[in-house]
Amino acid sequence: MSDILAQLGAFWADLPLIVRIIAGILVIVVPLLIGMALLTYFERKVMAAMQLRQGPNLVGPFGLLQPFADGLKLLSKETVVPVQANAGVFFAAPMLTFLLALVAWAVIPFGEGLVLADINVGVLYLFAISSLGVYGIIMAGWASNSKYAFLGGLRAAAQMVSYEVSIGLVIITVLLCVGSLNLSKIVEAQKTVWFFIPLFPMFIIFFISALAETNRAPFDLPEGESELSGGFNVEYSSMTFALFFLGEYINMILMSAMTVILFLGGWLPPLDIAPLNWIPGPLWFIAKITFVLFCFIWVRATLPRYRYDQLMRLGWKVFLPFSLIWVVLTSGVLVYFDLLP
Amino acid sequence: MSDPMSNPLLVQYLPILVFLAIATVVAGAMIAASLVVGKQKPDAEKLSAYECGFEAFEDARSKFDVRFYLVSILFIIFDLEVAFLFPWAIALGDIGMFGFWSMMVFLGILTIGFIYEWKKGALEWE
Repeated sequence: MSDILAQLGAFWADLPLIVRIIAGILVIVVPLLIGMALLTYFERKVMAAMQLRQGPNLVGPFGLLQPFADGLKLLSKETVVPVQANAGVFFAAPMLTFLLALVAWAVIPFGEGLVLADINVGVLYLFAISSLGVYGIIMAGWASNSKYAFLGGLRAAAQMVSYEVSIGLVIITVLLCVGSLNLSKIVEAQKTVWFFIPLFPMFIIFFISALAETNRAPFDLPEGESELSGGFNVEYSSMTFALFFLGEYINMILMSAMTVILFLGGWLPPLDIAPLNWIPGPLWFIAKITFVLFCFIWVRATLPRYRYDQLMRLGWKVFLPFSLIWVVLTSGVLVYFDLLP
Repeated sequence: MSDPMSNPLLVQYLPILVFLAIATVVAGAMIAASLVVGKQKPDAEKLSAYECGFEAFEDARSKFDVRFYLVSILFIIFDLEVAFLFPWAIALGDIGMFGFWSMMVFLGILTIGFIYEWKKGALEWE
């Protein structure tokens, strides 16, 4: 057995670099897209259970093939490009949203050493990619040349930008405890204690900001179907709409993965004892992501939508000052007790 | 600079570049596939901007609330601050008390600005 593994390892090391990179990307992208499809199924089933309904149950066993049927249906639909729209930007916007959501996964560590690009500035890269996500939405809102899309795009941009500030400050508090921007190092620093225990308020703020950053309920005003009838993607149909949908859900998984890496110990088991550390790291990572995603859905099934002024007040007047104070507090405590890494 | 593959920094970032290319191709292929597979039957009504069932009164490129502009300006200030904090948070162990207090002074000045804009009502939405 170990002989075969060693041979496989040697074979792997002999392959040209580009082949290894492409294989690595496929190993990330294919499960990610399947996982995203299953997430939409999971969301519908969990919401159905919470509202005492059945949920999708006709296509495939337990309705498991429903998301794939939906995807095929979207593929076969007509792509409508409004005459007044700016066609180039109109097509570029969903592509940008989708590819940014994918590319961010290059730096996510799935286990010890299981990362496509182990760059030193992993957190900064993720922060930059998620900032760029605003462009896809604002381009869509502007290029559609429709009032609903325009208002939805503006709202989404202002909302994502506002909550990004508090996300940034929350990340700073974690970095203070780690002393590195490398995501694998951040996970390894949590071997003694997961950061959600010492930094509990920051964990909560990060989770709520992640909801706002991905335009999820209760912060789904950019789509607000009752007032904006779909928001920035109102003019999109067929695959151009599907790309937004995919991008949005992959971003959701990405934010959950970030929550897990920053606060819930990444691929580490809860306790480093016998039955728990037999389970391989990537499985722990996926289990934790699923738990955070469940919380995303739970929140959606429970809470009504925020009003826009409440949303902005929460971002600027509560989260920003609070996380700023917490940065000062964390750094002060670490410097005073000489605990810096 | 003979062989780019000998530069470890470039090799580190190569997967991201390849990933970017593959993701662009996948996104483009998906849109192209739907253009091929789906039946395209455009007509004038279908291609007009969506407006809840009636003709649009005016162009969508109209005036909008200046507050959105204000939010983006505030965002630039605070995002720059976060950008300053990133290297500081990493290097805090090496730069000691001087580094710590320098950043506290910077944050103090920023907080004064924040209180000013709060009092001025820049954060209000009615």
